[in-house]
Amino acid sequence: MKKTSLAFAAVASAMALVLTGCGGSGGGASTAAVDAAKFKTATSAADVGGMDALVAAAKAEGTINVIALPDDWANYGQIKKEFAAKYGIKVNSILPDASSKEEIDAADKNKGTTNAPDVFDLGAAVTLASTDRFAPYKVAAFDKIPAGNKEATGLWVNDYTGIMSVGYNATKFGEITSLDQLTDPKFKGQVAFNGKPAEAGAAFNGFLMVNNANGGTLDNLQPGIDWVKKLKAAGSLNLADVTAGTIDAGQHGVVFDWSYNQVATTTRLKAKGVDWKVFVPAKGEIASYYNQAVSKDAPHPAAARLFEEYLYSAAGQNAWVKGGASPILFAQMKADGTLDAAAAANLPVVAGTPQTPTSAQATAANAFLKANWDAAVA
Amino acid sequence: MTQQSLPATAGPRSRDAAPSASRPRRGWLPLLGTVPFFAYTAIFLLLPTVLVLVGAFRSREGAFTTNGITQALSERTLGIFVNSLWVSALTALVGAVLGAIIAYALVTAPFGSLGRRVFTAFMSVVAQFGGVMLAFAFIATFGINGMLTRLLRQWAGFEVDPGMLSTLAGVALVYCYFQIPLMVIVFLPALEGLRPQWREATANLGGTARTYWTRVAGPILLPSFLGSYLLLFANSFSAFATAAALISQQTIIVPMEIESALRNENDLGMDAYAQALALGMIIVVALVMWGYARLSRRASRWTA
Repeated sequence: MKKTSLAFAAVASAMALVLTGCGGSGGGASTAAVDAAKFKTATSAADVGGMDALVAAAKAEGTINVIALPDDWANYGQIKKEFAAKYGIKVNSILPDASSKEEIDAADKNKGTTNAPDVFDLGAAVTLASTDRFAPYKVAAFDKIPAGNKEATGLWVNDYTGIMSVGYNATKFGEITSLDQLTDPKFKGQVAFNGKPAEAGAAFNGFLMVNNANGGTLDNLQPGIDWVKKLKAAGSLNLADVTAGTIDAGQHGVVFDWSYNQVATTTRLKAKGVDWKVFVPAKGEIASYYNQAVSKDAPHPAAARLFEEYLYSAAGQNAWVKGGASPILFAQMKADGTLDAAAAANLPVVAGTPQTPTSAQATAANAFLKANWDAAVA
Repeated sequence: MTQQSLPATAGPRSRDAAPSASRPRRGWLPLLGTVPFFAYTAIFLLLPTVLVLVGAFRSREGAFTTNGITQALSERTLGIFVNSLWVSALTALVGAVLGAIIAYALVTAPFGSLGRRVFTAFMSVVAQFGGVMLAFAFIATFGINGMLTRLLRQWAGFEVDPGMLSTLAGVALVYCYFQIPLMVIVFLPALEGLRPQWREATANLGGTARTYWTRVAGPILLPSFLGSYLLLFANSFSAFATAAALISQQTIIVPMEIESALRNENDLGMDAYAQALALGMIIVVALVMWGYARLSRRASRWTA
C-alpha cells in the first residue's frame, strides 16, 4: 500500500514467489478438502457454523498470506503478531512495501498457488477497479459500519483512515504551526513528501493537504503546485526517498505523511531523545480510508475470513488506534465503551472537517499532477 | 553490470581449428553441453524480451492497445529518455577517460607486484558497489548532515547544497563512483596486451613517444576503449536503485518511470506504458550491444 522501496527487489521477490509457487502443493489441506469449498464461498461466519467452526478451519489451514502490510504502517506489526499469537496461525507477510496495485498484480500472478495473498488492504482507486478479484464477506460487525463505508454485499469495507499530517523534529526546529514557516532557510533540504504524488497514495494526499491549506480545493490544484514551487525555490524540498534511516540520520526533518505513519517515528525517536511532533495544517485536513477485501482466490479462505473478523473486533480496531489511525468503528466503540481511550487521546488534533476526494476528483487530480509535478520540483 | 567478456580477450580463435564436417558424427550428444547456455538465454533474455514486446501492446484487461506506445512517445517521456541517455553518456565518458588513465598507471607497475594486485582487487570491489548502499554512502558523506558537509562547514565555512545529490548532476556524480573502477578492470587487459616490443620497434624506426601513441598504441586500443565505453554506457543506462534512493519524489530517468508506472496506485492503466518504456530501453541496449559486438570483433584482431 505504500511506496518507498525498490521495485526491482519487489519484482525479484514476486518472481521468486512465482517460481516457488510452481512447486508448492496444498499442504495440510487434504482432510479439509471437503470443507474448503464451503469456506471459499462463505459470506459470513454464520454460513460455516459460527465463529468456532471458522477458527477451527483457519487453525487447520495453519497459515495466512498477507501482503503490503509493513510493520510500521498503521501498527500492522502488532496486528500481525497478535493475530498469530491468538490463533496459532502463521502470518506470512508478502512484499510488505508493495503498492496497492502490486497487491492485485501479485494475486493475479500467483493465482492458484499457496503463495497468493489471502487478504488485501487497498487504496480507494485500486479497490474500485479490482472488485472482480474479491470474495464478498460480512464480518460480525458489518451492520454497525455506515452504508457509505462499505460495499453492500461485503466485497470491500473501509477499514481505517489517518489524517494527512506534518511530522517534524521539534527538538531541532521548535514548534511549527503553519506550512508557511517551511520556506525559512533553517529548513533547507529538510522537507519531503512520502513518494511521488502522481503515483503513491500517501504523497498524493500529502499534496492535497498542502494544496487545501494554501487556498486550493479538491478541484483546483494550482495553489498546491505554486506552493511546492515556492518550497523548491527556497531550497527546503528534499527529493530523496524518505525512510526510517534518513529520518533518524537527520536527512529528513519534516515529512508529510499519514498520521499513522508518524507514530512509529515518534516512538523510535523518543528513545533517542528527539521530540518528533505532528500537526495538521488548518484547512488542509485530508482523510482517505483504506479498504479490506478477501481474495476470491485465497489459498487459505478460512484464515482470510478469520483475519477480517479479528481486524473488526475491538482488539483489531484498538490496535489501529494505537498506531495513530482512526478505524471505521471508532465512533461505535466510543459509544460502546470498548475504545482504548488512552490511545485515542494520542491521535492528532483535527480542527476542521476532513475532506476526501471523490473518484472523479482523484482521477482528475492525478492527471494534473502527472502533467505538472515533475516540472514543479525540477 | 558485467565484465565476463573483457573486450580485448574475447577471441574466436579456436573456432577455425574445429571444422565440424571432419568430425565423426556422434549425433546429439555434443550438443547436450550447450543446452544449459541456450536454456539460460531463452529464459532470461529471449522470454522477457518477448513478454515486453507483447505487453507493450496489451491493456490491463488483455485487449490490444497502442496507448502505451503513444504515451511513451509523449514529450515528457522523451525528455526522460534524453535524461537517461545524457547521464549515461556523460558518466561513461568520465569513467572511460579517467578509468583508462588509472589503468595505464596500473600497467606501468610491475606485473604481479603487491601494489598492483591490491589496487586491482580494490577496483573490482568498488566497481560492484552500487544500489541503495551506494546512495546512502553518498548521503552520509555529502548529504545535509553528511560527514564531509559538516567538516566543510566547520573548517572552511563552505555550505554544500543539500539538494545536490537529488539532481541529475548529483546522480551522475554518484554513478562515476562505480563507472571509473569498472573501466579500470575492463580496460586493463587491453593495456596488458600492448607488447613492449612494439614500442621498441617504433623507437628503432625513429618514432617518438608521440608517434607510438598516435600511430601504434592508439589505433590498437581505440576499439577496446570504445567497446568499454559502450559497456559503461549500458551499465549506467540500466542502473536504477541508486537513483531511486537519491530521488524519490521526481522521475528523471527511464527505469524510475517504469517503476512508477508499474506501482502506480492512482492510475492502474499504465502497464502497457511501462512495457513500452522497457521496449524503448531494449532497443537502446540492442543498438549498444550491436556496436559493442562490432568493436570487439575489431579489437580481437590484435590479441592473437
